[in-house]
Parts: sequence; structure tokens; C-alpha cells
Amino acid sequence: MSSHSNAHVAHHFENAEQQRQSAQLGMWIFLVTEVMFFGGLFAAYTIYRSLYPEAWVVGSHLLSIKLGGFNTAVLLASSLTMAMAVHAAQTDKQKASANWIILTMLLGFVFLGVKVVEYAGKIDHHLVPGPHFFVDPMAELAKLEAAGIQVGQHLRHAFEGANPNHIQLFYSLYFAMTGMHAVHMIIGAGIMLWLLVNTRKGVYSSQYFNPVEVSGLYWHFVDIVWIFLFPMLYLIGRH
Amino acid sequence: MSAADTQLAAGDPPKHYLNNGLTIRSWLLSVDHKRIAILYLISLTIFFLLGGAAAALFRMDLVTPEADVLQSETYNKLFTMHGIVMIFFFLVPSIPAVMGNFLVPVMIGAKDVAFPRLNLLSWYVFMTGGLIALGAIIMGGVDTGWTFYTPYSSMYANSHVILAVAGAFIAGFSSIMTGLNFIVTIQKMRAPGLTWFRLPLFIWAMYATSLVVILGTPVVAITLVMIFVERFFGFGIFDPALGGDPVLFQHLFWFYSHPAVYIMILPSMGVVSEIISCFSRRRLYGYTFVAFSSLAIAVIGFFVWGHHMFVSSQSVYAGLVFSFLTFFVAIPTAIKMLNWVMTMYKGSVSFETPMLYAYGFLGLFVIGGLTGLFLSTMATDIHLHDTYFVVAHFHYVMVGGGVMGFLGALHFWWPKIIGKLYPEGWAKFAAIVIFIGFNLTFMPQFQMGYHGMPRRYHTYAEEFQVFHVMSTAGATVLGAGYLIMAAYLFWSLFKGKKASANPWDARGLEWETASPPPTENFLETPKVTQDAYAYDMPSVTCPPGAKSEAERV
Ligand SMILES: [Cu+2]
Repeated sequence: MSSHSNAHVAHHFENAEQQRQSAQLGMWIFLVTEVMFFGGLFAAYTIYRSLYPEAWVVGSHLLSIKLGGFNTAVLLASSLTMAMAVHAAQTDKQKASANWIILTMLLGFVFLGVKVVEYAGKIDHHLVPGPHFFVDPMAELAKLEAAGIQVGQHLRHAFEGANPNHIQLFYSLYFAMTGMHAVHMIIGAGIMLWLLVNTRKGVYSSQYFNPVEVSGLYWHFVDIVWIFLFPMLYLIGRH
Repeated sequence: MSAADTQLAAGDPPKHYLNNGLTIRSWLLSVDHKRIAILYLISLTIFFLLGGAAAALFRMDLVTPEADVLQSETYNKLFTMHGIVMIFFFLVPSIPAVMGNFLVPVMIGAKDVAFPRLNLLSWYVFMTGGLIALGAIIMGGVDTGWTFYTPYSSMYANSHVILAVAGAFIAGFSSIMTGLNFIVTIQKMRAPGLTWFRLPLFIWAMYATSLVVILGTPVVAITLVMIFVERFFGFGIFDPALGGDPVLFQHLFWFYSHPAVYIMILPSMGVVSEIISCFSRRRLYGYTFVAFSSLAIAVIGFFVWGHHMFVSSQSVYAGLVFSFLTFFVAIPTAIKMLNWVMTMYKGSVSFETPMLYAYGFLGLFVIGGLTGLFLSTMATDIHLHDTYFVVAHFHYVMVGGGVMGFLGALHFWWPKIIGKLYPEGWAKFAAIVIFIGFNLTFMPQFQMGYHGMPRRYHTYAEEFQVFHVMSTAGATVLGAGYLIMAAYLFWSLFKGKKASANPWDARGLEWETASPPPTENFLETPKVTQDAYAYDMPSVTCPPGAKSEAERV
């Protein structure tokens, strides 16, 4: 047993337990830096939302709640499959673990695919910040009414009072935040690929599964970021 | 001769980390924390020379009130280069990446840091960032100042802002990697018996520094990303035309860049604790207070950033709070000062080179710290803001504190790192030259700042010339001091007398292994049975009564 369990202990660690604890603590600290990293964007979002609430209402209404909601479900499912992959790795079911990793990666791609569709829609509607940005809140309000949506007094005021420039600011933050999140998803997909190759090679076992475990922590973190982004960008402005 | 020495002398030529592989490849791909420290030392020396050369050029131009050799545009680019290079590519990594990398595992009795490959990666990331920033300079430079204030940096500057920002952004990740590595190493890899309150204070300082690094650096990273998307894609996060606020940039920037001052100064404080205790031959007075004051500085340091923004439309009430907290953060610093002085009181103090730098640190950092209080008082800051007074203040803190600590550490641990003694006489001479040169450079800047000389100006009113001439003369002396030091340290690499395991008769695990240490640091994992700084007990490696080697020379 000892020869097997020691094979994966790097020379500078005393034992497998020290190595495992170090890997976990390392990943948690990394996630702390990630919280601070996204924190800068969340701070900018909070400040501008409190300054320009009307623009945020209009901005939210122009996002597709269906696509966003679907993506939320996809990411939640991917967290489940990731957890299953870790569990399978810990219990020496490496074949199952590989399958769960593939599934996680696929769900990640579905999310990114939907995101591409959403971004393309925004490009078509000139909602990408920059010289081509254009939005007419009153025309958008008319579209909502034409679609048979009940437009209350509160909502009408928001659309009337929103400054298009501030809506552009909303979209600057939308693209910065979701873009940064998407970059993390792409890196996550890369990590899944690496885990898959190693799992297939038989690197992991119930004696050594640190990389699967800490990659799982990373994946869950990226999901949680979306769990905050979705209501902040898509939902709050709708009431 | 110490136990470690005899053990090695008995066998074939001693095997240590320096001669374990002599090819370039064995250095560039080494995951040994000690070799990575040397890689950092060499690269930081080059960056220090570049940053110093930029300063030399504009200091020369400032001898006369009118423009001489430089055009104003070049002048702007030079002070920007000086700031970016010295802060992001020298001071921030200096003690952590060189001394910390070398010492943290050795001081806690570990074989390496927790993530050795990440450690090597951090050096490559650092060099990538550094080369990109150098690329920006070579292609024509950046003129925004090291602070990259918006909207100038995001909209108007016609220079290579994106490249410089990318360089600083990438270098930030190397400090995050180092900080993460240190926290995990210190928490999880201490030798048996080495409890938290037996750790050397240098380790406490590195721990506190790493906390600041991992909490602050990501914020400046995302801020630089915002400048990037604004410049490159035309996003409007800081653009007033879209309702964005340029002052938000200052908030986000100083949220990192004030704590960054502590990234540069806390490690020096750790070094000074080690040196003062050793050369006073006394246990450090008030160990727990010094340890916790490092953490207190790290925490409070995150809530004072607004003192950079008293005149930037920030609300007066916010200013009041920031002003109060800035005074408050001076308390843990003063606690450290008190404890260092109390350690020397009734100790048998001596005057070896590292101790000279520690004395220098105490004197200069007191001036730097106290003039900081002038600037954290809102009323006086209105007058002193953006003048040479600020320039003098932060050079007293960063050079008088940060660089003095770095040089003290370099001399104190040089015998351990290189295995050779540096020439003590020359070293003392250089330390005194550096001290005099530094004061001559920056003391007049307090004076002219107080009289209204604004910072970052290429030309100035004639009444300030006498101060500028003094300052340039001082910078020349300072530069000479650095060059003397570089010369004798380089000489000692080849001709220096061989160092024993413990040339200072110091305490701490790093002195219980050979100089230079073997690749695995310790032949067997040490067991710690006593507190740090047990100068009242005989050393494990140096027989009682033996004088330090430097004294015998
Ligand atoms: Cu500050």
C-alpha cells in the first residue's frame, strides 16, 4: 500500500495528507483572489446602478431572460456533473469519472454556445459599446407593448428617463462581466480536457485525486459567479 | 568549525544548490526555490539599473530650470518609466521574490515551497510582464505616470499605454503566485515543533505581505483590464461622456496601490527585526506585538486608500474617515519602532553592515512615516498635494524603508546565499555613502515641495534651482554608492572568503544548515525546541564564546 500511496507524494512533502491539504488551501486562496478580481467589476456595477437605475431597467429588459435562464440551468447541471466526477475519482471509478468530466465539458460548451448567440444578437441590435452603439428607449418600450407586455407606470418612467449613454455604460459592464466570466469558462474547459487525459491515463485513484478535487472547486466557483451575474444583469432591473 | 561544515568538509567537494547542475538549462528549468531566488535577484538587478538610469537622466535635466537635454515629452516618459519599473518590477517583488523565496522554506525547515513549479512559473510570468513593459518603453514609451490615471490613460494619451498596462497586469500574477505559495508553505509545511509563535518575525512579515498581495493585486488587475477594454474596444466604464467616472479608477487603483506600499515595506520590517535582534545579541523585545502589528498593518492598510484623493472630488466626510484611519495605521508601525529600539536598549549592539542598513532604515523610515502624517491631514494635504513633498515622502518610505531593508537583507544573508563573505570594510563605506547620498537627494525635495514646487514638471521657477542642484548631486552620490556595492558583491562571488554555516552567530534554522545550503535545504528535517531569537542560549552551530567571523577578519 505504501509504495502505491507514496508514488504521488512530491519530494518536498512529508506525506500525502500534507500534500492534499496544501493543494486544497492553495486553491481556496486562489479563489479568494478571484473574488477580489471580480469584486472590482461588481463594485463598478453597484456604483453605476445606484447612480443610473433607469438605464439599468432598460438594459435588463433588452437582455433575453430565456437564454440567460437556460444557461443558468446548464451551469447548475454542470456543477452536479463536476461533483459526480470528483466523487467517482475518489471512489476508484475512473471510467465513470472520465464520463462525468466529458459531460461537464459539454455543458460548458453549451453555455458558451448560448453566450455566442446572445452576443451575436447584441451586435445585430447595435448594443455593443463603442461608436456603433445605438439605443432608442422609447422605441424599445413600444416593442415591449407590441409584444403584449403589461407596461406599468414605474416601467414607463424608467424608459422615459433613461439616458442612452448610461445604457451604453450598462452594456460596457455587461460585456466586461460576462466576458470575463466566459474567459473563466474557457479556461475551465481546458482544465477539464487536461483532467480527462490524465484520468484516461490512470493517473488518479482513491489514493491521489487532488487535481480533480481542486479543479472541481474552481468549476463550482465559476458557476457561482454566474449565479450572481444572472440576477444582477437580467433580473433585478425587471423589478 | 560548525557541525554542518565538518560534515561537508569530510567528504568530496561539498554539494550545494549552486553547484548541483551548472548548465543554463539547469537554472532556467530549476524548481528549487533557492535557484529561483537567484533568477529573481539577477532580473531585479537589471530592472533596478534601468529604473535608476531613467532617474539619472531626468535628474540631470533638472539641474537647470529650463529644458536642457530632454524634450518635455521624453521627460514625461522617463519619470513614467522610472515609476513603473521601480514599483512593479523592482520594489514589489524585491524582498518577497528574492529573500522570501530563498528564506521562507529554509527558515521553517521545509525542503521547498508548497508549489515549486508554480514558483518557477511566477518567474517566467514576471519576465514576460517585464519584457512587455520594456517593449512599450523601447517602442516609444508611456507618458501617463506610473499611476495610469484616467481619462488620460484611457482616452487621450498617445503612447503605448496598452503595452505598459499589459506588462503591469501580467507581472501582478507573478506576485499573486508567490504570495499564494508563501501562505500555503507557511501554514502547512513548518518543521515539527515550529509553532506560530516560534516563527522568525521575517516569516510573519512575509505572511502579512502575502495576504496583502492576494487581496489587493487582483483588484488592480481587473482595473487595468478596464483601462484596456476602454482603450481597445471603446467601452465607457471611466468615460464621463457616458456617465462613467474617472475618479472610480482612482478608487480602484489606490485600493491596491496603497496596500502595495505595505507590500514594499512589511518585508523590510521583517528583515529589520531579524537584523536588530542578531546584532543586539538579544531576544526581540515584544515578539507578539511585532508579529500582530504586521497583520494589523496588512488589514488597516486596506481602508486608507482615500488619502490619495483628498483633492479629487471625494466627499469631505469620506476624507475625514480616511484621514483618521491613516493616522490609525501609524500605530502598529510605531509599535514596531518602539520594540526595535527597546531590543537595542541594553543589548550589546554592534555596527556590521546589515546593522548599518537597519539603523538607516529606522532613521529614514521615521522621517518617511512622520511626513506621511502631514499628508494624511486634509488641510496640509491641500497645500502639499502633488508637490515634491509627496515625492520626498514616498522615497523616504520606499527607498529609506524598502530598499534599505532589501540591502540589509542582501548583506545579512549574502554569506548564506552565496557561501562567500563580502568585504566588510567596503560594505560599511558603501552603506554610509548610500545613506548620505539618499538624504542629500531627498531632503531638499521636502523643502522645495513645501515651497510649492509641483512634481512631474520639466521646467521650474529659478528659486528652486538650488534645491534641484543639491538633489542631483545627492543622486550622483547615491548612484556611486550602489555601484561600489555592486562591484564588491560581484568581486566576492569569486574572491570572497568562504563563509561558515553561521558567520554572524545568529539564531534561526537557516543558520543551522550549510552555506550555501544543499538542494534539499536540510540533510534531515530539523526539530525545533526553542523560541526564535534565543540569543541568551548557545547557538547550535556556533560554539559558545566564538566571535563572529566578520569580527575576526
Ligand atoms: Cu497611501
